[in-house]
Amino acid sequence: MTEPITGDSHQRFSELLDDCVHCGFCLPTCPTHVLWGQEMDSPRGRIHLMEQMHSEDVLSEAAVSHFDNCLGCLACVSACPSGVAYDALIDHTRHRVEEQYERPLGERALRGALFSVFPHRDRLRLMRGPLRAYQATRAGRLLRRSGVLDRISPTLATMERIAPPLSSPPPPLPEFVPAVGRRRARVGMLVGCVQGAFFPEVNTATARVLALEGCDVVIPRSQGCCGALSGHSGRLEESAGFTRALVEVFERADVERIVVNSAGCGSSMKHMDRTLEEAGAAPEWVRRARAASEKVVDLTEFLAELGPQAERHPVPVHVAYQDACHLSHGQGVTSAPRELLARIPQMRVSDLPNKEICCGSAGVYNVLNPEPATELGDRKGQDAASTGAELLVSGNPGCSMQIGSALERAGTPMPVTHTARVLDVSLRGLDPGVLLGRS
Amino acid sequence: MSLAENETATAPAALVPELRAICGEDGVLTDHSQRRTYENDGLAHHREVPGVVVLPTSAEQVAAVVRLCHERGVPFVPRGAGTGLSAGALPHAEGVLLVTSRMRRILEIDVANECAVVEPGVANLDITRAAAPHGYYYAPDPSSQQVCSVGGNVAENSGGAHCLKYGFTVNHVRGLDVVTPSGELVRLGGKAADAPGYDLIGAFVGSEGTLGVATRVVVNLTRTPEKTVTLLSAFESMDAGGGAVSSIIGEGVLPSAIEMMDALAIEAAEAAVACDYPAGAAAVLIVELDGPAAEVDAQVEQVEALCAAAGSFETRTASGAEERALVWKGRKSAFAAVGRISPAYIVQDGVVPRTALSEVLRRITELSADSGIRVANVFHAGDGNLHPLVLFDDTEPGAWDRAEEVSAKILDLCVEHGGSITGEHGVGVDKACKMPRMYGPDDLETFDLFRRSLDPEGTANPDKLLPTPRLCGEQPGVRRDVHPLVASGQATQF
Repeated sequence: MTEPITGDSHQRFSELLDDCVHCGFCLPTCPTHVLWGQEMDSPRGRIHLMEQMHSEDVLSEAAVSHFDNCLGCLACVSACPSGVAYDALIDHTRHRVEEQYERPLGERALRGALFSVFPHRDRLRLMRGPLRAYQATRAGRLLRRSGVLDRISPTLATMERIAPPLSSPPPPLPEFVPAVGRRRARVGMLVGCVQGAFFPEVNTATARVLALEGCDVVIPRSQGCCGALSGHSGRLEESAGFTRALVEVFERADVERIVVNSAGCGSSMKHMDRTLEEAGAAPEWVRRARAASEKVVDLTEFLAELGPQAERHPVPVHVAYQDACHLSHGQGVTSAPRELLARIPQMRVSDLPNKEICCGSAGVYNVLNPEPATELGDRKGQDAASTGAELLVSGNPGCSMQIGSALERAGTPMPVTHTARVLDVSLRGLDPGVLLGRS
Repeated sequence: MSLAENETATAPAALVPELRAICGEDGVLTDHSQRRTYENDGLAHHREVPGVVVLPTSAEQVAAVVRLCHERGVPFVPRGAGTGLSAGALPHAEGVLLVTSRMRRILEIDVANECAVVEPGVANLDITRAAAPHGYYYAPDPSSQQVCSVGGNVAENSGGAHCLKYGFTVNHVRGLDVVTPSGELVRLGGKAADAPGYDLIGAFVGSEGTLGVATRVVVNLTRTPEKTVTLLSAFESMDAGGGAVSSIIGEGVLPSAIEMMDALAIEAAEAAVACDYPAGAAAVLIVELDGPAAEVDAQVEQVEALCAAAGSFETRTASGAEERALVWKGRKSAFAAVGRISPAYIVQDGVVPRTALSEVLRRITELSADSGIRVANVFHAGDGNLHPLVLFDDTEPGAWDRAEEVSAKILDLCVEHGGSITGEHGVGVDKACKMPRMYGPDDLETFDLFRRSLDPEGTANPDKLLPTPRLCGEQPGVRRDVHPLVASGQATQF
C-alpha cells in the first residue's frame, strides 16, 4: 500500500509530498477536520505544513501542534485518489519533530512515562493487579461519577476510564498449539502488548480458532512489542529496536504466516522494512524485515483466505461491526471480517454510520490528546448505539477500550468484543451469553 | 523568523481585535504557517498567503466580518472547502479570507416541500446522505461532491456528470440568505418556487463571491429514480462515439449522463484503478438512464441499438449499484489517474455546441500532434463540456509554458465554435483575462456596472471573474470612458 522512504529519505519525502494535488478529497474523512473544520487540522493542510517544514526547515510550535493532533487513522489514505502515502509522510514528520523539536517539560515527562510502560507487556501486566483491586472496590465508579479526575487531569481521567474491566486472566498460552483435524498451515501468532495484558482471552480465542481451522500455531514466548506505538509517535530508534527483535523471533519460529489480531500491530508489521530503512539499518536487515513483513496477515484476512473447515454453530446475536482504522485504512481489510461474521448461522451484522471516521483511540492518542479523543469516542458511541445491535465487534484492543468507555459514559452500555471471540464461540458451540456478559 | 513577520502584519492586522470579538479567539488565524495552509485552493499553481483567516460559525458573524471589511475598505475572499479549479478562492494578501467550513449544519430536510435547508459549508453529498432515507437526493453532482461545499457550488454554479438531464446548481436553488458586500443580510426566494421580480438568485448563483457570501441555501430535493442503468459502449474511433451521442440525443432519448473518454484517458484509468474497459477501445461512452423502470428498460434497448448502429464493438449493461460503480470507477478516477501516466497536467474546461464536438476533437488532435504535447480527453459528451487534460513534464524547462499554450488554444477553439471558456470550473483568477475572448467591451462593462451596483468599494473577491488592468495588463477589454447608459443618465456609476 505504501512506498518506503528509501535511501536519501529527505529527497524521497519531497517526492511523496509532490504527489498531493490539493484536491481535498481527504477532508471529510479526517476526524480532526470533522471536529474543528480548519485546514491545518486536515491531511491536505498538514501536507502543506510538511512542505513548509521541508522547504524552509522551520518547525513552528503551531505546526507541531497540528501534527500532534493527527490521529494517524489513515482514513485519508483510503480517500486519496492520487495515492499519496500520507502514512509514510506523517511517520517521517513525527520522527523529525521528535529529533528537532523541544517539547515543554510536562509533555516530555508524560511521553517518557507512557513509553516506559505501554510497549512492555510485563509492565502492563503488573498494572493489572492494582487495577483489578481498584475496580473491585467500586471506588472507580464513584470516582468516575464525581468527575474529580476530569478536573485534575483529563489525561489521567482518560487512562482511568479506558481501562477495561478485568477478570482473572486465563492461563498463559502454550508455545505451540497443534492443529485440530487436517493440518492446513503452520502459523506464528503475535500476542501484542495491550491485547496480551488487557485482553488475554482474545489471544486464547485466536489460538483456538486457528487450531480449529487446521493450523499449527506457534506462539513464541520471547516475543516483545512490534514497535507500532513508538513508531507512530516518532520514536524511530525505539521502534526499530523492537522490530529487529521481533523479526529474529519469528525467523526462529519457522512459520508460513504471522497472524496478528491487533489492527495497529498488523498495520505496522506489514512494513517493518520501511521502519528499518528509515532508521538507516543495513540492507541485509531491511531484506530480513521485508521477508517477515510479507508473512504478516490479519487474523480475519487469513481465515477468509484459508476458507472455513470447522463447523459454525449458530450465534443468534445482532452485532455491529466497527472498522478499526488500522485494519480498514491501514491494511485495506474490510470485507473479510464482515464475511466471517455473516457466515455464522443466525448472526445479523450491521454497519455503523460514519464507519470511516476514527473512534479517537489511535494508539496512545487518547492519553496524549484526551479532549478530542473523548469527543470522537462520544460520536462513535452514539453511532454504535444507533445500530440497535446487542454487541459491538472490533479488531483492535484500543478501539474496544475507547468505544466501550464512551458507551458507558453515555449511559448506553453495550458489550464490546473481538472478532476472534465471536468466531471462537461459534466454532465451539458455546452459549452466546458469554459474549454478552450474561454468563 | 521575527514575530512581526510571523504574525499578520499587513493591512488587516488592525482588524484582528475586532475580528476576534466577532468570531472568537479560535475563529481568527494570524500565525503565518497556519495562514499559509490556505494559500491556494484546488488550482495549486496560483498562490497567495491571506492577510488573515476567519472561521465564522453563523450568518451574523459573516455579516459582521463583511461589514467591517466594507467600513475599512479591506478586501475579503469567501472560501468553502477549497476544491475549486479556477483559483476563485485565491486569497488576498492584504485581505480577509472568510472560510465557511464551520457552518456545516443541515438545518432541515423538508420532504413534503421537496427541499433541504443547509448552511453553506455542508458538503454536497451530505445533502443526498441526509435525504436518501426519505427516497430523495440532491441532483447536482460535481466530481468532488463528497467534499465540495454547497456555498462553493452556489458561487460557481457547479454542474456534474448528470447536469445533462437535471441542470446545474442554479436549477436547484430555491432560496438564499446572502450577506451583501456591504454587510447586509438579505433573503432571496424561499421554499416556494418562482418568486416574481428580477431573478436575483439567478444572478447570485455563479457570481463567484463577487456579490457577497451565501449563508443559508434552500435546495431542491429530487425523487430517487425507480431504476438506473449504466451502459458502457466501446468504439474504434472518437468519431464513431461522437456519432452515437448525436443519434441518442437525436432520437429524443434524454440520458441523465453521457460521458466519453479517449484512448489516453482510458489508459490512465486502467493504470490507476484497473477498470477493465473493453480492450482496444479508442473511445468509450458511458450512458446512464434513469426514471420509471418500464421507460428505462425501453430506452436501454434503444441506446444499445443506436450504439451498435454507430459502430460500437461492445456494449455492457450494469444495473446494480456495485456494477454501476465499477463502470463509473474508471471515469471518476480519470483526472487523478492521469498523474500515473504523466508527471504533471493541466485540466482544461471548455464548452462547445454538441454538433461541433467531432470537429473540435479533431482540431485538438491536430494541435497535440503539431506541438508534440499529449492531450487526454474526458468529457460530458451530452452537453459538449470538454475536459481536455494537457500532459507535460514539469521538470523539463519551458514545458509548462508550452502546455499552457496548447491549453489556451483549446479554449480559443471552443470560442471559435460558438462555445464557452468554462463549463463548470468557473472563471476565478485563472480565466479572468480570457473573458474578453468571449465578451466584447460593452458586455464586460455591463457586468462591471452590475457588480459595482452591489459592491461599489470593490471589496468582494476582487480580481476574480472580470478582467482588471492589474491582472491582465492594459488590454482587459473593460471600457475606460463613460458607459452610454451612465452618459444618458439612465444609470449611475458609483
